[in-house]
Amino acid sequence: MANKNVLFKIKRQASPNSESYWEEFELAWRPGLNVISLFMEVALNPVTRDNKPTTPINYDSNCLEEVCGSCAMLINGKARMACSALVDNLEQPITIEPFSKFPVLRDLQVDRTVLFENLKAIKAWVPIDGTYSLGDGPRILPQVQEQAYQLSQCMSCCCCMEACPQFNESTGFVGAATIAQARLFNMHPTGKVLKEERLQALMGDGGIQECGYAQNCVEVCPKEIPLTKSISSVGGDVMKKAVLDFFRL
Amino acid sequence: MATTTPRIIIVGGGLAGLSAAIKVAEMGAHVDLFSLVPVKRSHSVCAQGGINSAKNLKGEGDSTWLHFDDTVYGGDFLANQAPVKLMCEMGPGIIDLLDRMGVPFNRTPEGVLDFRRFGGTLFNRTAFAGATTGQQLLYALDEQVRRYESEGKVKKYEYWEFLSAVLDSQRVCRGICAMDLRSMEVVTFPADAVLMATGGVGAIFGKSTNSVVCTGSAQGALYQQGASYANGEMIQVHPTCIPGEDKLRLMSESARGEGGRVWVPKNPAETRPGKQVPEGDRWYFLEDWYPKYGNLVPRDIATRAIHKVVHDLGLGIGGQPMVYLDLSHIDRATLDRKLGGILDIYSKFVGDDPHEVPMKIFPGMHYTMGGLWVDADQMTNIQGLYAIGECDYSIHGANRLGANSLLSCIYAGFVAGPNAVKYAGGLGAAPENLASCFDDEKKRQTEANNRLLNNQGTENPFKLWRELGEIMSRNVTVTRYNDKLQETDVKLVELLERYRNVNLSDKSMWTNQSFLFTRQLYNMLQLARVITQGAFLRNESRGSHYKPDFPERDDANFLKTTKAFFAPDADEPRFEWEPVDISLIKPRPRRYDSK
Repeated sequence: MANKNVLFKIKRQASPNSESYWEEFELAWRPGLNVISLFMEVALNPVTRDNKPTTPINYDSNCLEEVCGSCAMLINGKARMACSALVDNLEQPITIEPFSKFPVLRDLQVDRTVLFENLKAIKAWVPIDGTYSLGDGPRILPQVQEQAYQLSQCMSCCCCMEACPQFNESTGFVGAATIAQARLFNMHPTGKVLKEERLQALMGDGGIQECGYAQNCVEVCPKEIPLTKSISSVGGDVMKKAVLDFFRL
Repeated sequence: MATTTPRIIIVGGGLAGLSAAIKVAEMGAHVDLFSLVPVKRSHSVCAQGGINSAKNLKGEGDSTWLHFDDTVYGGDFLANQAPVKLMCEMGPGIIDLLDRMGVPFNRTPEGVLDFRRFGGTLFNRTAFAGATTGQQLLYALDEQVRRYESEGKVKKYEYWEFLSAVLDSQRVCRGICAMDLRSMEVVTFPADAVLMATGGVGAIFGKSTNSVVCTGSAQGALYQQGASYANGEMIQVHPTCIPGEDKLRLMSESARGEGGRVWVPKNPAETRPGKQVPEGDRWYFLEDWYPKYGNLVPRDIATRAIHKVVHDLGLGIGGQPMVYLDLSHIDRATLDRKLGGILDIYSKFVGDDPHEVPMKIFPGMHYTMGGLWVDADQMTNIQGLYAIGECDYSIHGANRLGANSLLSCIYAGFVAGPNAVKYAGGLGAAPENLASCFDDEKKRQTEANNRLLNNQGTENPFKLWRELGEIMSRNVTVTRYNDKLQETDVKLVELLERYRNVNLSDKSMWTNQSFLFTRQLYNMLQLARVITQGAFLRNESRGSHYKPDFPERDDANFLKTTKAFFAPDADEPRFEWEPVDISLIKPRPRRYDSK
């Protein structure tokens, strides 16, 4: 493996309103490199492949263990986390781009506040009475816990939204992550007190009906969260509610 | 004054910061919450194994007193005992509350909370949610804070960097100065009290198990403003990490809690892959040396044992600094149910399947026991400024027990939040010249930014950081020698000197991350001197602090809290020592090797 190099190109953009451009980099290969460590190497020696001085890459990252959800980007066209993208498993030249469906702030950093706003809209929390002592929590069987835990590992990376053909400005679709969180809190013995409100928030334009069942979400989810299953399950509840609401009128 | 709603600033949105935010908002005060990242992405997500509390749901006769005793003993008696006792007493209530918030804790068949065993105890005291307990706890608190946010009681400032505290002429904290990481604008914010919840200092050691944001910069800035930094030398090196190019990834202690065994081939020239080495040719050195606790000795003990096996006995795998951590004897279903998350990390980042083959691990910098000095109310020596969680020094003494960190973060937030609100209610009128204190601080920080941006030097800040990390990891972690510590301090002075000659390749004033990092680097270098000199001055071995030239604990001279203060004229720390509260449990020799 002597003198093996890593070739990669990064789509850069100085600010939200400036034009994007590509820069190519070439580094000596080492075992165990991931995409993040390529960025770290560029920061140590910010020079492009054709020896032009440049600036370190701006990108979101934090835990580097695929639990914080920060470093999502497009790597060889796929929405994924940069920390768990191992260079040895990637075809070269590796292309690295910011998400295409979120506003670019700079280089690979995009604005993903829309998901956190969605979580507010569906009241993604258990409405406890207060933090004062009220004794033990509800009993929950292990099977139910295991189901909840799967959904609760969603780290708000937004890969599912980036990959979804329906997630765009014309539909205003909330995306799979939000729907799976609605399912999680509707499952909880106390959380379900807000079930009706959550379902209401997912009705109408931009709601669950926008899903076109392309199933891209479940394919890209780094945590293998059962997203399509969650959409069907919540979709069923929304449908039931719609029928009931109709007869209540 | 009394009729206005108190305004509390919280800096940091991990477990400590969010716990405090919930308490403050619940009491009707207003929270301004500052964080470098969206709070849901804070470093607390990395905590894997669990959270301790003596719920005693396994019929073992566990109690909060025994938890207290294990914690004080595990910390080698360096922690003041009253807050530790209170934390252990609050533990069961905290678990119940988290359970009510919807944390998907693992369950027994009867549907009650399941508990597992962690290091430094003989009880199953650790509640857990798979192997991503920190993530799950953080999410539960994040959700509650989002609820308060939607009610207007909490205002989040995400992607903001804390630069400094704003102190009035009486040196009372009246707010903060911060920088918007998008526009790079420097802004001051007034508050009745400020809570720092800014985590550990991993980045000072280059590669660690910590997240990218754990630089210690905020603590370093406050130390230079007069806050006392305590027990800085107490740095925990976790025995089981996965070495990586970009960071050291933690392999949770829960792997050993669920039966994982640490071993090396008896023959240093062994060439067979781990799985094929027969039982008789393996040496389970922790079980051999510590029959009672076995693989679950505290982290400092396990780390030194691994260093001894690798460096002194030359038995690292294939001559490399690595030992095996083996789970492959446990059935797949159990592993997936209890450890799924962390085994995924190993598979994803190393490429081997730990269900099938033993993992290769080595110790790495993990936790900051030292931190900003606080009193029993969590207030620092600067009035109105509190510190909570990993950035405060108060609970873990000279070594933290596994699964106590999550508890200590929430405990500190729950104590400090109400204290801060109470303090705000009794806060006297501000001095008349307060406005100028804000103006001056903003000017000072803006000038520092401009100086850095216009610097015409030759040093790359990331190279300086690499040198800092290398020397700190080499000389100021597991084994410490005074000559090496002195050498390190000389190097730190050199790095500070070279820092003045730094040159930013990116001088833009829009979301400039390398500029931000370079700013942080200065505070990291100053804090590195506190850690190094504190280690130099402590001529004994206690907990994580180990000096072969002083191998015994020396209570007569060093049962004391190290307190560092910044001396502005000398531009270096000066030290004081404070007696430790040992009123409840008398110090006894700390040994885990008896039967």
